[in-house]
Amino acid sequence: MKLILHIWRQPGPKAPGRMERFDLDGISEHMSFLEMLDLLNEKLTAEGKEPIAFDSDCREGICGMCSLVINGVPHGPEKGTTVCQLHMRHFRDGQEIWIEPWRAKPFPIVKDLVVDRSSMDRVMAAGGYVSVNAGSAPDANSVLVGKDTAEQAFEAAACIGCGACVAACKNASGMLFVAAKVSHLGLLPQGREERMRRVRRMVEAMDQEGFGNCTNQYECEATCPKEIPVAFIARMNRDFLKAALFSS
Amino acid sequence: MKLDSKIPGGPLETKWERHRFEMKLINPANKRKHRILVVGSGLAGASAAATLAELGYEVDCFCFQDSPRRAHSIAAQGGINAAKNYQNDGDSVWRLFYDTVKGGDFRSREANVYRLAEVSNNIIDQCAAMGVPFAREYGGTLANRSFGGAQVSRTFYARGQTGQQLLLGCYSALMRQVAAGKVRLHVRMEMLDLVVIDGTARGIVTRNLCDGKIESWAGDAVVLGTGGYVNVFFLSTNAMGCNVTAAWRAHRRGALFANPCYTQIHPTCIPQSGEFQSKLTLMSESLRNDGRVWVPAEAGDTRPPHRIPEEERDYFLERKYPSFGNLAPRDIASRSAKEACDAGKGVGPEVGGQRRGVYLDFADAIARLGREEIAGRYGNLFQMYERITGEDPYSVPMRIYPAPHYSMGGLWVDYNLMSNLPGLHVIGEANFSDHGANRLGASALMQGLADGYFVLPYTIGHFLATHRLEPVSTDHPEFRRIEAEVSERTRKLLAVEGTRSVDSFHMELGTLLWNQCGMSRTKEGLEEALTRIPAIREEFWENVRVPGEGEDFNQSLEKAGRVADFLEFAELMCLDALERNESCGGHFREEYQTEEGEALRDDEHFCHVAVWEFRGVGERPLRHVEELEFENVKLSIRSYK
Amino acid sequence: MGWVATFFRSSIGSKFLMALTGILLLFFVLGHMTGNLLIFQGAEALNAYAHWLHDHPKFLWTSRIVLLAIFVIHVTTAIRLKLENMAARPVSYVKGRTLKATLASRSMVFTGLLLLAYILFHLLHFTLGVVQKDATGPSGPGGEKDVYAMVVTSFGNPVYAAGYILAIALLWLHLWHGIASFFQTMGWSHPRWTPLFTFLGKALSLLIFLGYVSVPFSVLTGLLKLPAGGN
Repeated sequence: MKLILHIWRQPGPKAPGRMERFDLDGISEHMSFLEMLDLLNEKLTAEGKEPIAFDSDCREGICGMCSLVINGVPHGPEKGTTVCQLHMRHFRDGQEIWIEPWRAKPFPIVKDLVVDRSSMDRVMAAGGYVSVNAGSAPDANSVLVGKDTAEQAFEAAACIGCGACVAACKNASGMLFVAAKVSHLGLLPQGREERMRRVRRMVEAMDQEGFGNCTNQYECEATCPKEIPVAFIARMNRDFLKAALFSS
Repeated sequence: MKLDSKIPGGPLETKWERHRFEMKLINPANKRKHRILVVGSGLAGASAAATLAELGYEVDCFCFQDSPRRAHSIAAQGGINAAKNYQNDGDSVWRLFYDTVKGGDFRSREANVYRLAEVSNNIIDQCAAMGVPFAREYGGTLANRSFGGAQVSRTFYARGQTGQQLLLGCYSALMRQVAAGKVRLHVRMEMLDLVVIDGTARGIVTRNLCDGKIESWAGDAVVLGTGGYVNVFFLSTNAMGCNVTAAWRAHRRGALFANPCYTQIHPTCIPQSGEFQSKLTLMSESLRNDGRVWVPAEAGDTRPPHRIPEEERDYFLERKYPSFGNLAPRDIASRSAKEACDAGKGVGPEVGGQRRGVYLDFADAIARLGREEIAGRYGNLFQMYERITGEDPYSVPMRIYPAPHYSMGGLWVDYNLMSNLPGLHVIGEANFSDHGANRLGASALMQGLADGYFVLPYTIGHFLATHRLEPVSTDHPEFRRIEAEVSERTRKLLAVEGTRSVDSFHMELGTLLWNQCGMSRTKEGLEEALTRIPAIREEFWENVRVPGEGEDFNQSLEKAGRVADFLEFAELMCLDALERNESCGGHFREEYQTEEGEALRDDEHFCHVAVWEFRGVGERPLRHVEELEFENVKLSIRSYK
Repeated sequence: MGWVATFFRSSIGSKFLMALTGILLLFFVLGHMTGNLLIFQGAEALNAYAHWLHDHPKFLWTSRIVLLAIFVIHVTTAIRLKLENMAARPVSYVKGRTLKATLASRSMVFTGLLLLAYILFHLLHFTLGVVQKDATGPSGPGGEKDVYAMVVTSFGNPVYAAGYILAIALLWLHLWHGIASFFQTMGWSHPRWTPLFTFLGKALSLLIFLGYVSVPFSVLTGLLKLPAGGN
């Protein structure tokens, strides 16, 4: 099949960017979206042009590295799917496709479609952990965790840290990402001791990074490749209120 | 060269305990005077970096991804083994040790494996305490499942994303130390060389992937947790970025490489669908618990599966291995699938002139257990399969084919996880020591975390306490010299300005290796590969096209450097396979098989580790040998009939 | 008390501020509506209520000041958040798309600002009586207003009635998102209860719309009219 691609090109963080059009032929419907871009890059390389920079690593939907907005939707049209697992059979021959990077102030562009997401690491550093040094853990079965609690914590922990929630949010808010981490650890008895401190510090770090504010529109939930529910945001709101008002 | 594995004396059960006592300690106040460079942020690297920082060392941690959380450990699905015996089914440290040695086809070190089994329990405790959401029973205790043909239930898991959850645990510990100022994190930073001063590893040279800046980092010890090398096959289940560069560069600087021919081919991967394919996707081996593997009995039968009647199907695993059937170990299942496809019985689309795929059929299981039960067990895997292939496995049998998955070989290390170069430590998949010639399921995560949390943090202290290290800064002329070499290499790659893309070379190399040094190997094939690899390498340096510039974010250049190293490494891999005149685990030489076509070990001549010394590109490397002594287990023939 | 300021400046604290002031304004909206609906009991009932308020100036003015404060907080916080949100995405998408966000949720700032404009007009109109002097001026013997007559006369003019209905429609849209959103912000989320709360929130916003609109609707359709022989 054949496609008309409009791709964001930006030579560097400070340089101005623009959409560039590419006509690409010879695409197989079995290709993944990223393999389609590989094909385009091979073609550009053969023509002596510079290939398009885009991030990907595991290409099986778990590392969270790939980050493309396709026709206005982070990770593209398939629900619960990262762009590396999106296949070309979901597109029509001759279709026009717009490909853009994640757009948010905390995600500055490195080049073309590659963004810098270290802001998320900094939010994690602010409190996304249980403070337990190696070697100091009690026997794993000495702390019981109910099956339902474990399942719920897992649901939050499934976050791959891709940042699609931020890219999708009308306000570029990082709430779903932070809420997922706060909830994952806050739900488990192991993380309970630091629950108040964690939520306060992570929210503070999130605010400092310049993410937008949540206005409960739930675009994040709709695009999250791991389908993490916004109920975790409510949970974080509750924790934060408790932490701000009552904890020392 | 004398290879001292430094295995402590005494009975197997007390070696590690005694060794811990005998190792020298560093005063807590002095730990902060030592800087340790940890390269890689997967399970091994991140857990080591975090733990060393907790102990008080100053740590630098490097990764080429944009966040340490993305290292490829994240993709491990199945689980992690530990000898907890929570299920009361007779498991023990000894049994886990024995299973691992046997699974590795008696080509690993007893003492290392025993230590691994010993600390496996601490790992589970540690991970649970860090908030890893392991699967639980209703009563709140940890759940287990049996995995990889083990007869006990010792595998801990978090749905099909155990690797992700364990890595997030290490990553969170690492970020805690970053916040505490004990770890300096360097993301999108790739190690391109090792700096050895007076025979001791004292630093590394990196390239900043964002702006191309070449930088030096000095420390008192260097730790490589840089993963495995099966991306040498181009198509593998590894992430796109996985590479051999750090290990290979260390090898070129004097570190010995052990058993490079030991690679694991995983049987249940989604087959290639075209020439354009960039990677292969693994599906959990657990699928073989209920799926039946078959091909058409007649070669060249292209009828759709439902039109092939029962009597014209060949359920080859059930036929060949009646007692294990579809659950035969990874290497055996993989090889049988390849044999069937080579005989022209493969199914699915023709790629490169051959149909490479066999059916994994759930029709019987669905009829027996009902669709709902199957969906409950494998729903997410079926979904993933459908997402990738566009076929519904509930109604059409899945197609699977083996794919390179893990490398058991790696840089040689002693019992302290230190290479022959003092100061250079190697952990996780990057070293060679624990899995022998074949790795059992759910053991990779165990080894990575054992090395990082519970072995290296002790042994590195011993190294620092027993070696007088002169202070070294990056102003040292050796750093300048190697920086210049690295820059020159980058410049050379850009200056070729040929006509072929980096990927085209990688693909050519991968296809060659897959055919000649993949699931089964022959003397002739390996010799052919050994003549063709230098030719490809030569053409690469004359005809590769790397667009863009060096002082910029340049993914073609990153890839070019990695492929250049694969082109050197591949030769060593084939040479090792050629020299190992036996079949064992993942290394199957067609000349060495039983009458039934099973691997035939030669314990008399090859019960050893092959350890290679670099002598120059294109020069024949030196083969050293570390004899493996089995004092506690009896060498037997692996039989799964 | 520094923590209070810190709390309300944080993103989640600001959300609480919006939710709390919003819910207080909702109570006002409900109270106001209850007052309005007295019109269906006849002129005496409505006027008696208006006069009661008028006769308790302390209560009236305290309420007005509190209401004003809440209102100012709600509006200024909303504007601050909107500016922050705009700053969080300095370059917008060339090709934007919405998957789940409702028209109501996306237009909160606009419906809010339009409502603000209308409320100012509404105050000028009915409270200060400077817009439609003939209909809203003092009319009673003690200089007090005949609120019933004022309402009926004003809404007798289709332009004013239409403007009012339009504003109430905006309020409906604003509350459609706002009420359900309140529960999420307060953290009251539960798989079993959230769908119910959301439904009730939307139902309430519709009831408010119907309640308010019933007055001009009844005037326009002649259900409510001036007593015969009145001014």
